[in-house]
Amino acid sequence: MGAWATYRLRLERKRRLWRAFRRRRELKPVADRSKKIRRNDILLFATQRNERLRLPYFLRYYRDLGVNHFFFVDNGSDDGSREYLAEQKDCSVWTTTASYKRSRFGVDWLNWLQMRHGHGHWTLVVDPDEFFVYPFCDTRPLSALTDWLDTMSIRSFPAMLLDMYPKGPLDAQPYREGQNPMEIACWFDSGNYMISRNPTYGNLWIQGGPRARTMFAGDALHAPTLNKIPLVKWHRSYCYVSSTHNLLPRGLNLTYDEWGGEKASGCLLHAKFLSTLPAKVEEELERGEHYAGSREYRAYADGLKESPDLWCKWSEKYINWRQLEILGLMSKGNWA
Amino acid sequence: MTVGFVMLCHTALDRAAQVARFWAEGGCPVVIHVDARVSPHDFGAFRRMLADIETVSFSRRYKCEWGTWSLVAATQAASEQMLERHADVRHVYLSSGSCLPLRPVQELVEYLDARPKTDFIESVTTSDVGWTVGGLNTERFTLRFPFSWKKQRVLFDKYVDLQRRVKYRRSVPKGLVPHLGSQWWCLTRQTLSCILQDPDRALHDRYFRRVWIPDESYFQTLTRSYSINVESRSLTLSKFDFQGKPHIFYDDHLQLLRRSDCFIARKIWPKADRLYRTFLEGSAAGQMRAEPQPGKIDRLFSKAVERRTRGRAGLYMQARFPRQDHENGKTSAPYSVFQGFSDLFENFELWLTKAVGGGRAHGHLFAPGRVEFAGGETVFNGALTDSAALRDYNPRAFLTNLIWNTRGERQCFQFSPRDNQAINWFTATDPNAQISVISGAWSVPLFRSNANFADIRAEAARLQRIETEHLEILRSMYVKARVRVWTMADFIENPMEPLQTIIDEISPRATRRLSEAPRMADLTGFGRFLQNLKNQGMQPMLMGEFPVGSDPRNAAHRGQRPYLVQ
Repeated sequence: MGAWATYRLRLERKRRLWRAFRRRRELKPVADRSKKIRRNDILLFATQRNERLRLPYFLRYYRDLGVNHFFFVDNGSDDGSREYLAEQKDCSVWTTTASYKRSRFGVDWLNWLQMRHGHGHWTLVVDPDEFFVYPFCDTRPLSALTDWLDTMSIRSFPAMLLDMYPKGPLDAQPYREGQNPMEIACWFDSGNYMISRNPTYGNLWIQGGPRARTMFAGDALHAPTLNKIPLVKWHRSYCYVSSTHNLLPRGLNLTYDEWGGEKASGCLLHAKFLSTLPAKVEEELERGEHYAGSREYRAYADGLKESPDLWCKWSEKYINWRQLEILGLMSKGNWA
Repeated sequence: MTVGFVMLCHTALDRAAQVARFWAEGGCPVVIHVDARVSPHDFGAFRRMLADIETVSFSRRYKCEWGTWSLVAATQAASEQMLERHADVRHVYLSSGSCLPLRPVQELVEYLDARPKTDFIESVTTSDVGWTVGGLNTERFTLRFPFSWKKQRVLFDKYVDLQRRVKYRRSVPKGLVPHLGSQWWCLTRQTLSCILQDPDRALHDRYFRRVWIPDESYFQTLTRSYSINVESRSLTLSKFDFQGKPHIFYDDHLQLLRRSDCFIARKIWPKADRLYRTFLEGSAAGQMRAEPQPGKIDRLFSKAVERRTRGRAGLYMQARFPRQDHENGKTSAPYSVFQGFSDLFENFELWLTKAVGGGRAHGHLFAPGRVEFAGGETVFNGALTDSAALRDYNPRAFLTNLIWNTRGERQCFQFSPRDNQAINWFTATDPNAQISVISGAWSVPLFRSNANFADIRAEAARLQRIETEHLEILRSMYVKARVRVWTMADFIENPMEPLQTIIDEISPRATRRLSEAPRMADLTGFGRFLQNLKNQGMQPMLMGEFPVGSDPRNAAHRGQRPYLVQ
């Protein structure tokens, strides 16, 4: 990478930070408890809209992992989720009715909150339907991982999005509040992921899984991106570029080994395909606030009409992280 | 007689206090060095935690930085204090704040009582070490290192480089043979006092002050000069990974640590409550007094390092995406590619399935319309689909996924010039691939088709061009695959022998000889067909010689049962 390209990326990063800074005005504080944060706390950042049903389990899951404080940007919810979050002692909530799309799908908002509150902390950026799984997560808290990353001088930790789905039609098992979504959506695709390298940002570009298999088989180029880097030891000069798929400076994206070895990595269990999806798809299509003209949501709408069953006979049933490790979807690296 | 502990602490002071208390209450004096960078507030709190124990004292504080002399200075000061204040100490054990005793103190005391003259210190000559960071072994002792390796890496490297170029060398003091080893030792009073009270100590100190990472060499080298009996191993279980960072123990290592029978382990995660509770409060006494056996832990950690440095062969994933030629295995298991066989033989896949037994014989995986999985499946292992579009989007990923997903089962598939050719270089350079080609066999379906001859001719020219390109790849100097190429004419002369060779290679343990040959397509008039192509101006080159008059001999067998091979 030449000096000129490096310089251009630096400019791009400054521009994005500036953009996030300007968009801070769109966020109105509902409950700001950021004063309660202590020095080595692990922080979680998320945007959400009308996720009242999912939030209780989401919060419980990440509290159990050892997240100390939650930052939410609420994008115009009207189902009481904002009020619910504002009541939680470990949540800070901002709200906005501004366009999700124009904030580049929430990235600007979260970049700002991270710049403001995340500096020097390990920060986890996830959606309310994403559940972080890392090596030894059943026996070691998240701080064990972050402490280890600190000793190894690693600044960012990758976790591929793993789409989870139920067997049978989505609406066969309705999701109840507080329920572990993986009780319903416990199946996943184990070995149909396609990887290439993004030459500009240096990150890997991973596609595949059930969505590519069923909804994007004819249009693989536009199949959803699955690579994510959700856990970063934040510095105020960092920024996410597109969702949590990649960051700047680009060194943070080099979370994979190029010489044959494996670096430690995790997975984000993506419990999108629940009984709540059809209503969500309808609503989101109407709003048209999603990526690439909501292409993904249009594909869902079509897909949901035709064959609502993502399950196939080679689907794998989720057991634990060790299973994902053996299947080669994540790795312990040299953490033992 | 007892053992005294010197502890070097800088973080997790509450845990250090717990351990110091454990030792002191077991009857062992403790001298603690606390890094001078620890704030007075934290240090005060730490002191108060241990204020009620008389045999715990604190030594003069130094500002410690990794890899510098300060660590040795701190150790010296604390050791001197130990020897001075506690006359009943025969062995001094150097430990850190993140060490955890795994066995009762009494067992360690008895162990050392049985070996009163032995110094336990890992001490290896520089030429025999393979584990040093930065590749500096001998040069640690002969160069100067004014820059911090952690904070000023560029300057550090440049300065080392410069010294190498101008052939700068420091001279090692007379009588010293540089040795390296783990910094966690257990020395006898005799040896330790010899080192600390040596008339030449000022000289040694001045020399080692400029050595890189002196805490791994100062005592290790000097012990060799004085000790009567060096046991070159550390009593502390401490493992380092490939970057020289210590492995850390967590709660889930409990059983492993318990069974290791080591006395002290390092380094423990400060929040590993269960480990601290079990080993400091539980009564681990009454167990067998075994020699320390860190073998299992060694294996665990060396496996982890191997996972990090070599990874799993043939796996492409979010944390392992090797550059070309650094794959350590392009695919995860051997597989076979058959080109031309399904054209020449009828129902070749069925025959192959029977012949290879445990393997899987697919059709044309790279066919233009759809992926022809074995048995006509639409979805295969790992939820790979038969969509040609998805496969062609990333053919290499498709192939590596297929081989990875079916680990333990041999995969065979058909290939032809009609298929997607994007993986040709990949398979040709993959040592796991077994590629068998009957060149020119693509013409058989054309010969038997009912198309217009002009179309046949055009198609034949296209396929011949594609296959020629593929054969060029297979003949290049970069080929790593097991490649066999026959012309069609050669092959049908004696089909069983090559088939037997291929099958033997696929399943070497099956001693059974092939009894049944696959049924060859009817080639009556094939020579004429080729001549017609020639007459139309296309030169079929890849099939070998097929004289116009005499048809291939199997034509006579048509309609009969396939022949048997004796």
